[in-house]
Amino acid sequence: MRRPSPDRLTSLRDMTMQPTPIRSRPLYGTLAPVRQATRHIVLAEGEGASAVTDAFRGHDALARTSILFSPAPRSADRRPATDLASLSCEALHVASGVEDLLAELATTLSSATMGTRLYISGSEDFIGRARSEALQRGIDADAIQTEHRGAPTRRVQCVHCKGFTDGVAASPTVCSQCGLYLLVRDHYSRRLGAFMGVCIDAEAPGEIPPAEAFGA
Amino acid sequence: MSGGVQYPVRVIETEALSPTVKRLRLARRDGQALPPYSAGSHTVLTLDGGTRLIRNAYSLLGSTLAGGAAYEVAVLRSPQSRGGSAFIHDHLTVGTALNLSAPINLFPVNRTARRHILVAGGIGITPIAAMAAELAALDLPFELHYAMRDTASGAFAAELTARHGDRLHLYVSERQERLSVRDILDRQPLGTHLYVCGPERMIEGVLADARTAGWPESALHAERFLAPDGGEPFALRLARSGISTVVGEHETLLEAIEAAGVDAPYLCRGGACGQCETRVLVADGDLLHADHYLTDSQKSCGQTIMTCVSRLRGRELVLDL
Repeated sequence: MRRPSPDRLTSLRDMTMQPTPIRSRPLYGTLAPVRQATRHIVLAEGEGASAVTDAFRGHDALARTSILFSPAPRSADRRPATDLASLSCEALHVASGVEDLLAELATTLSSATMGTRLYISGSEDFIGRARSEALQRGIDADAIQTEHRGAPTRRVQCVHCKGFTDGVAASPTVCSQCGLYLLVRDHYSRRLGAFMGVCIDAEAPGEIPPAEAFGA
Repeated sequence: MSGGVQYPVRVIETEALSPTVKRLRLARRDGQALPPYSAGSHTVLTLDGGTRLIRNAYSLLGSTLAGGAAYEVAVLRSPQSRGGSAFIHDHLTVGTALNLSAPINLFPVNRTARRHILVAGGIGITPIAAMAAELAALDLPFELHYAMRDTASGAFAAELTARHGDRLHLYVSERQERLSVRDILDRQPLGTHLYVCGPERMIEGVLADARTAGWPESALHAERFLAPDGGEPFALRLARSGISTVVGEHETLLEAIEAAGVDAPYLCRGGACGQCETRVLVADGDLLHADHYLTDSQKSCGQTIMTCVSRLRGRELVLDL
C-alpha cells in the first residue's frame, strides 16, 4: 500500500523540473487509463484533447469512457472535438464552455459509483476548477489523474476580497473583483482549485513591478 | 519512556463473551479519568506474566469511546499465542493490577468520506464495532458486515444486532453463509470508504477484490495486528549500549532488548506503525521481516528492522541501539 503509484512517480519527475519550494503547488502527470476502473470520465479543455487522444486511442477502456470537452476560451479550432469523436468512446459531450462542462460533470458524478476514475487535461486553471468540483462531489483525490496541456494560466483567489480571477497569465495581475494589484503566489488551495493572490503594493501604493508570465 | 503515557489500572470486571473471547473492564488505580479516544484505537497492555513481562496490543471497544471511568478490551485466546492471551484468560481476575498505554489510532474512520463499509472477520470485530458505534452516534451512513465461524464464536453478534438492526449483515460459515465482497462493493456511491479487520487471508482477499473493482488506495483501510511468531534463537549485540544478549526461541527481538534494560522505541507491537524501526549495523544471517510497514525494497536492502515482529535467522544481529 505504501509503494508509490505510477502517478506519484510522474509527480516526482515533474518536481525536479519545477523547483518551487511551495509544497501545495500542484504537479501534473501523464494520463494513463486505469485498467481495473469500472468507468472512466474524461474532462478536457482545448489542447487537453490531445492528451486524451494520446492516452486513450485504441484502448479497451474506451467502451466504458465518457468524455466531456470544452473548447479553449476564444478558440474556433474544431479539430480537438473531431479528434475526440474519432476515438469512438461510449459518450462524448461537447460543452459550450467550462461552466457548461462543470454542470454536466456534477450531473455525471451524482450517480457515479466507486471504481470510477477521472482524467483531467487542459490549461492549469481548467484542471484546478474541474478537480475542485469533482472533489466536492465526493471522489477521492487519488482517483483523479491530471495532465497539463495548453496555457499555464491560473485561477487566482484574491485573499482580500475572496473574489476569483480566471485565466491569469502573469504576476502581478489585477483582481477582477476589487481591482487590487496581486502578487500570484505558488500557494494553492485544492478545495478552491486556485492560487493565492496578495496585494503587491500595500506598503508602497502604486509601486508595481513589471509582470512576469508563468512558465509552461 | 517508550510506548507513550502509561496508566496504572486494575481489572474491575471480566466477562466470557464466548468460550474463547474474554472482555476486560479496566479502571485507573488512582481513580482518575481515562481520556476519550476515536474508534479504531488500540492500547498496549503491560502485565507481569511471572517469568516475563507481557506486552500485547488490543483494540479498545466501542463501549468506552468517551473514556472516563474505564476502558474495555476483548481478548481472544489465541492458539498460536506465545502465552500472552492464554495468560490473560487463565490468570487475570477482578483486582489484577496492570498498565495500559494511552490510546493510539492507526485505523481511524476517514471523516471526509461520505459512506463507510465496515467488514470484520472473527475477533477483527473489535475495532470495527467501535467504528460502527462512532458512526451511529454521528448519524453517518454505514453498513457493517461481520463474518464468523459459528454463532458461538461470534462474540458481539447479539449486541450488534440489537444496536444496528438491518445495517448489520452476519455471515456464519457453519451455516454456509459466505460474505461476497464483490456484491458489497458493487454500486457504492462515490466517497465510500472500506475498512477491514480480520484474519490476514481475509484482509488480503477483501483488498484485492476492491482493487480489482477499481477502488483507489485512499478509500481502503485495513488493520492487521500480527501476533509475532517465535523462531530460532540468535545472538544480539546493541552497539551503542555495549550490551550483548540472546533472543530466545519464544521471545521477540523487542522483548529481548527490553529485558536487557534498553528503552527501545515501540507503539503498536504488531508490525503496523513503524515506531520501532531500528538501524541494522551487521546481520550475520537472514533478516526475517514480518511487518507491514517497510516496503519490499526496504526489506530486501535490510538497512532497518522492525523489532516488534521481525527477527534474524542466523548467528548474530548488531543493532544501532
